[in-house]
This record gives sequence, C-alpha cells and structure tokens, in this order.
Amino acid sequence: MFDYEVLKVIWWVLICVLLIGFVVTDGFDMGVGALLPVIGKTDDDRRIMINSIAPHWEGNQVWLVLAAGAIFAAWPAVYATAFSGFYVAMMLTLFALFFRPVGFDYRSKIADPRWRKSWDWGIFAGSTVPPLIIGVAFGNLLQGVPFQLDEFLRSTYEGSFFELLNPFGLLVGIFTVLLFVLQGSTWLQMKTEGEVRERARKVSLILAPIVVAIFAIAGIWIAKGIDGYVLTSVIDTNGPSNPLLKTAELQTGAWLVNYDKYPLSIIAPAIGLLFPLFAWVASKKNCSALAFTSTSIAIVGVLMTCAFSMFPFIMPSSLNPNASFTVWDAVSSEMTLNIMTFTAVIFIPLILLYTSWAYFKMFGRIGKVFMDKYKHSAY
Amino acid sequence: MEEIVDLSRFQFAMTAMYHFLFVPLTLGLAWILVIMESLYVMTSKEIYKDMTKFWGKLFAINFAIGVATGLTMEFQFGTNWSYYSHYVGDVFGAPLAIEGMMAFFLESTFVGLFFFGWDRLSKLQHLMATFFVAFGSSMSALWILVANAWMQNPVGAEFNYETMRMEMTSFAELVLNPVAQVKFVHTVASGYVAGAMFVLAISSYYLLKGRDLAFAKRSFAIAAAFGTAGILCTIILGDESGYEIGDVQKVKLAAIESEWETHPAPASFTLIGIPNQEEQTTDYAVKIPYALGLIATRSLDKEVKGLKQLMDEHEVRIRNGMLAYGLLNQLKAGEQTPENIAAFEEVKQDLGYGLLLKVYAPNVVDATEEQIQLAVDDSIPSVAPLFWSFRLMVGSGVAMLFIFVFAFYQSAKNKIGSNKLFLKICLYSLPLPWIAIEAGWFIAEFGRQPWAIAEVLPTHIGVSSVSVEQLLFSIVSIVVFYTVLLAVEMFLMFRFARLGPSSLKTGRYHFEQLENKQG
Repeated sequence: MFDYEVLKVIWWVLICVLLIGFVVTDGFDMGVGALLPVIGKTDDDRRIMINSIAPHWEGNQVWLVLAAGAIFAAWPAVYATAFSGFYVAMMLTLFALFFRPVGFDYRSKIADPRWRKSWDWGIFAGSTVPPLIIGVAFGNLLQGVPFQLDEFLRSTYEGSFFELLNPFGLLVGIFTVLLFVLQGSTWLQMKTEGEVRERARKVSLILAPIVVAIFAIAGIWIAKGIDGYVLTSVIDTNGPSNPLLKTAELQTGAWLVNYDKYPLSIIAPAIGLLFPLFAWVASKKNCSALAFTSTSIAIVGVLMTCAFSMFPFIMPSSLNPNASFTVWDAVSSEMTLNIMTFTAVIFIPLILLYTSWAYFKMFGRIGKVFMDKYKHSAY
Repeated sequence: MEEIVDLSRFQFAMTAMYHFLFVPLTLGLAWILVIMESLYVMTSKEIYKDMTKFWGKLFAINFAIGVATGLTMEFQFGTNWSYYSHYVGDVFGAPLAIEGMMAFFLESTFVGLFFFGWDRLSKLQHLMATFFVAFGSSMSALWILVANAWMQNPVGAEFNYETMRMEMTSFAELVLNPVAQVKFVHTVASGYVAGAMFVLAISSYYLLKGRDLAFAKRSFAIAAAFGTAGILCTIILGDESGYEIGDVQKVKLAAIESEWETHPAPASFTLIGIPNQEEQTTDYAVKIPYALGLIATRSLDKEVKGLKQLMDEHEVRIRNGMLAYGLLNQLKAGEQTPENIAAFEEVKQDLGYGLLLKVYAPNVVDATEEQIQLAVDDSIPSVAPLFWSFRLMVGSGVAMLFIFVFAFYQSAKNKIGSNKLFLKICLYSLPLPWIAIEAGWFIAEFGRQPWAIAEVLPTHIGVSSVSVEQLLFSIVSIVVFYTVLLAVEMFLMFRFARLGPSSLKTGRYHFEQLENKQG
C-alpha cells in the first residue's frame, strides 16, 4: 500500500495523535480528579465535579490504553525498553491508575463520609501520579535514557528510579501535572455551574500564566543546557528495522535543529506558548467553551513541540547513542504497519464519530439541580 | 536468573488469573442486560427496565475492577517480559492494538451512556448503547484470544535474522488461526455461562427469601435460557478440537490425558489415575475405550500421540535448533553469504528448540549429550497439575450442564421456585463457572510450558532485565492492592445483591415497601 518509509512516518504521526487524544481527554478528567481537594469543598461539590466526567472518563482512558497498545505494536522495542527500564515508575503509574475506575464507581455507592473521603484521596492520587510520572518520563527521554542493547537486541537499563527524578525530569513532570489541572479547570468551567464553576475559573486564571512560564523555562533549558542527539550515519529508511545498524552522537543544541530545517515546525512551540494565554483571556471574559478549546489546542502544541524537537529520535540512549531508538529503526515490519494503518484509517474516524455523539448526548452543565434529580443513579 | 523467571511467571499468573475473575462476568452479564433491555423495549414493561438497571448496577461493580486489572496486563508485557515484547511484538502487538481500536473503545464509550444516558437517549438508542457494550466486550475477547492463540500455535510469522525477531508473514493466518477460532467460542461462551450462573444464583436467593418474586422469576428464566445455550456451546464446541493442531497443543492434549505412550487408534480416555512424571507412566489408570480418540480427533482412525513419542521428536528438533543457533551467530557476525542464509532458512523453524538449551549451555552450540537430555525433559510440562485441572474443569462444566438444563425445564414448565432444594443448589453453585474457567486457563497456559510462544520462544528467554528487588516490590504491592480491591468489591457485591432491586429506590421493591408499611 505505502512505502515502508512512509508507513514509519505515519505511525510516528498516529502515536502523536493517540498521545494528544490521551492528554486532551484524560487530561481533563485527571485534572478534575486532581482538583477534588482544591475546588470540592463539600461532598455535593465533589459529586458535581465527578459527575461532569462520569459518562466519559471510561472512554477517555482508552486513549491511554490504545496509545500503549499502539506503541507495543508499532514500536515494540520502545515499548519493551521503556516499560522495563522505567520499571518502578511504571508500576507506580499502574497502581495509581487502579484507583480511578474503582474510585469513580464505588465512591458514591455508600454514603458514609469516611468511605467517600478515602475514595476522594484515591481518585486524587490516580489523577496526579500518572501525569507526574509520564511527564518525568518525557523529561528523561529528552535527556537520553541509560540503556544498552546486546547483539540479540536484548535491552538492559542501567539507571535507577531515583535517577529519573533529576531537575529537568521533575520540571517536566510538574509541568505535565499543571497542564492536566489547567485542562481540568477549563473543563469544569464549561461543564458545571455555581460555585464550582467560579472556583474553577480562578484556578484557570492562576495556572495559565504559570504553565506558559514553565513551558518557556523548559524550552530555554533545552536550548542552552541539554544536549540533543543527532544521527551521524545514513539510515536506510526503507531498510530492516535494527537500531544497531546506525551511529549517532550527543550534540549541544541538537533538539533545535529541526526548527531550522523545517521552519514551519516553530508553530508548535508558538501554540504551546500562546494558547494558554488565550485560555486566560477567555476565562477572564467567562467564555468557558473557548477557554477549554484553547487549553486543548495548547496541549497539541506542547506535545508536538516535544515530538518535533526529537524527530526522528524516540528514545535516545545516553549510554550508547548508536543504540538509540528512532522512527526508522525501532519499528515493526512493513506488513504489520500496513495492516495497522488500514485498521486505523477505518476505525479512528469511527471512534471520533461515536465519541462526539456521546459528548453531544450528554451535553449540558451539571449543578445542584442535576444532583438532586439523580441523587441515586449518579456517581 | 532463574529467580527472575520464576518471580515473573508468578506475577503474570497471579495477575492474569485475578483479571479473569472479572472478565467472564462482564462478557456474560452484558448480553443478559441486552436481553433484558430488549424485552423492555418490546413490551414497555417497567420491570424489565428495573431488571436492566439493577443487574447493571452489579455489572458496574464488576466492570470497574475488570478495567483496573486489565491495565496490569497491558503494562506487564513491557515491564516484565520485555525481551518477549521485542521478539514477538511485531506479531503479538498488532491484535492488541486492533482490539483497542475496534472493541475496547466501543465498549468503554458506550458503557458511560449505558449508566448515565437513560434520560438522554431514546429507548432504542439506549438499547443500542447496551448492545455496543456487549458486542464490544466480546469483540475485545476475540482479539485478545487471537493474540493468545498465536502463543499456542504461532502461524503466519517467521524469524528475521536482520531484525532479530519474529515478523508477521500473513495477517489472515494469524486471524484465522484454527486455535483462535475454537478458543474464542469456548472462552466467550464460558463467560456467558458465568454471567448466567451469577443471575441464576442471586435470583434463587431472592426466591428462597420469598421477596421480589416477579423480578426474581423473570431474571431466573432469562439466566436459565442463556446459561443453557452457553454451557452447551462451551462443552460441545469445547476447545479439545484445537488440541490436534501444532506440536505444543499435542503435548498439552497428551499431558491432560497423561498419555505417555502412543496407542493404536482410537485411543482410550484415562478417566482417572495418578500421573507419574519420573517413571513416565500413569498409575492406577481407569480407562474408557475409544473415548480420547473420539474427543481429540473426532474420528476412529487417527492416533493420538503419546508424550514419549513427542519427546523423541523434540530431541531431533533440539539438535536442529543447535545448528540454527550456530548459523544465526555466523549471520550476526557478518558472514551473510548466500550459503549461510540458505542453510539458516532451512533450519530456522527449530531455532526456538535450540534456545531451550540456553539455561544449561549459554552458547547452545556446545551443549553436551547430558544437557540435550535435560532440555528434552524440559520440553513437556508437569503432567499431574494438568491432568487434575482438566478433570476439575470438565466436572464443573458437567455439573453446570445439569443445573442449567433443569432450570430451563422449570422455566418452560412455569415451575420456577417450586423446589427449594434446587434453589439452594443454584445459589451454592455460584463459584462453579469461576472454578472451571480458572482451571481452563491454567491448562492453556501451564500446558504451554516451557514455551512463551510455542516452539519459538522459551518462557525463560522472554523476561526483562530487571532485578529481584524490583520484582519483589511489584509482587508485594500488587498482592496488597489486589487483596484490598477484592475485599471492597466483594463487600459491595454482597451488599447490593442482598439489597436487590430495592437499591434502585423506585419504591416498588421489597425493602422500600416494607418501610412504607411500617412507616
């Protein structure tokens, strides 16, 4: 159907799309979960917040599941090395994620305040730990990861969990949490009414400038303080996928090279810097749908900035840059990519279609009136 | 190294079996909800809507934990079986990704509308949402089982020395894998049985307590009909027929029968006996003539191979595998001459057998006769656990067949609840589907040992380069989390099952009417 080379690029794009889907949609429901103790002063407030995402969080979470599944299928080496290398971090993410399905579903089944309080903390952990760790992981991808490949392509990770928590990794981790919370706050502005909405608006107004500031700091840090990776040999982009067939090395400022090469790509960081500010203006003017749209677009900009900076690298190795994974040599075979492309072309539009329909059907703000009416059936 | 393999296997087995406590109920109950809601749409009787909502409440309690524990499965291939993920991700990853796109998204999007869309959707739209939940979960099972069946019988793929992994050669073969077909029907139907037994048992409880009779009888009848269909499919279209395809499946069949020698066709079935691995015999065997041949080959003239003969065949393939491994080393070292490539292609289907030697002889090619013999002994699983699990599974299945058929007969004769003893039997049979299902998965997965991917990748090669400390951390944490989750889930399940439809707060059911009378 397509050239192997084209397929490789398609899957880089598709995995970006899936990750964007995850951060945009799971972003707001994790943001809502993280805001429970901040905005939800009473049990009623918290129920309003949770019910604003009740019909959707389940579907939203599939973006994460699908992103992980697609990485397994399209970039098996990356899936294998990242998940086993970041073992403890991945386990912590997993344990945090346990709390969400059960927390949402079980919390309101029993009225006892201690029961509900415990689940609120569970949901809070399930909504803050995953973005923190995913952010830290991305912060480390940008710096290179200490892994090695042997001749059978078995990977060994030589770092430790605490080495992940370096200053830049932590900065990206905190940034990711704040980005999710910002997304959650604009969602709550749009989907709730009364005091919850007002408090959410305040959160958006405070967070939007902070998110922009951290994004800018991280950008400067990458330009000045973090070495990127460059390929030093020609890769046969249509050839067999084996990371050990090329050479690569560390170079200062390498993560900015693509912006020189493809000047249009500068749009991504520009969106990342500007759209949170638009969200700020929209929140100020009480245009909540516009605020939510702005933060969603900001997320696209932020993720694409990361992707453009690193292309074609996916997971550089700091121990042996030659073993780094790139979109050309850490991918599945041509046939597998072809089949998955075919499936994605049919099913991703379908998914978007019925997901939109679900949102359309559940349209409307949630407040005290709603909660009184659905006291027994709502979360 | 050995510790890491054992701990990784333990963790995988534990989390997979735990996850599969919840999956079958989701599979079965979802369709029961579709049946109930269809009746509501067709008759407009509120009681069917209440039934859909109440059993839907119990469905939700189960579904939440099923989703949570499913995440573990997805993470675990990467975290704990990273070489496996590299080696077969090209083939094994695809059905998992397709499952997400085709099935899991559908199920998860519409489950939200199922719970919260009652007043937002028209009757038909809501029924459609319920249908998509059920359809999505069964489709999801299909793709997962395609992936699992490939581990049992890896068709449509071959090893590529340039990328050091298995690569897909035919997607059609992967999907149409005969093992996948039988596995799908058998597994999904057994899930339907679990859903039916769940409704049957809890309805029997209400009938025994003499409350909400109209509600309970209707639920009982639906469960009886659905369960009868389910158990018949599970047993008749059972997956024994998948056991004659592929070498490892044959080993599994011989092991669950404890059949050491190849007997002339048609083979007899060992009803009971004590497998003796050391002597390679079955002590005190009680045999039924012809039965095994009929079950396994559906014929009277095909023979069923015994374990000893299979092991002899394995020895040949292990020696071939040593050649393949040696040639692979040459190719890796850059000696990619046409002769070497041709020679490697000739023997590469036995490369996996060569890898069995890795635990004894890291260089494989220099293995001694003694080491080869050890690898041959390893090439079949322990027989006794398989032998007994199979009997446990079949026994539970046959017991359920009687229960469902009798329940169905009662429903047809309009005699539901007439026999207290039978209601008690139904209630206490609740664990049966779970016993059978867990035993079944044990047979499928333990029976595949020593392989992760049959004839391709030994389990011990597939692990990650992680430390024992990391594994202990994850195992202990998972045990703690899962125990707490199970306790909470059972607490809620019992609470809402005991409360019954009164939990809907419609004012129409037992406890609320009791309150009204007293008030």
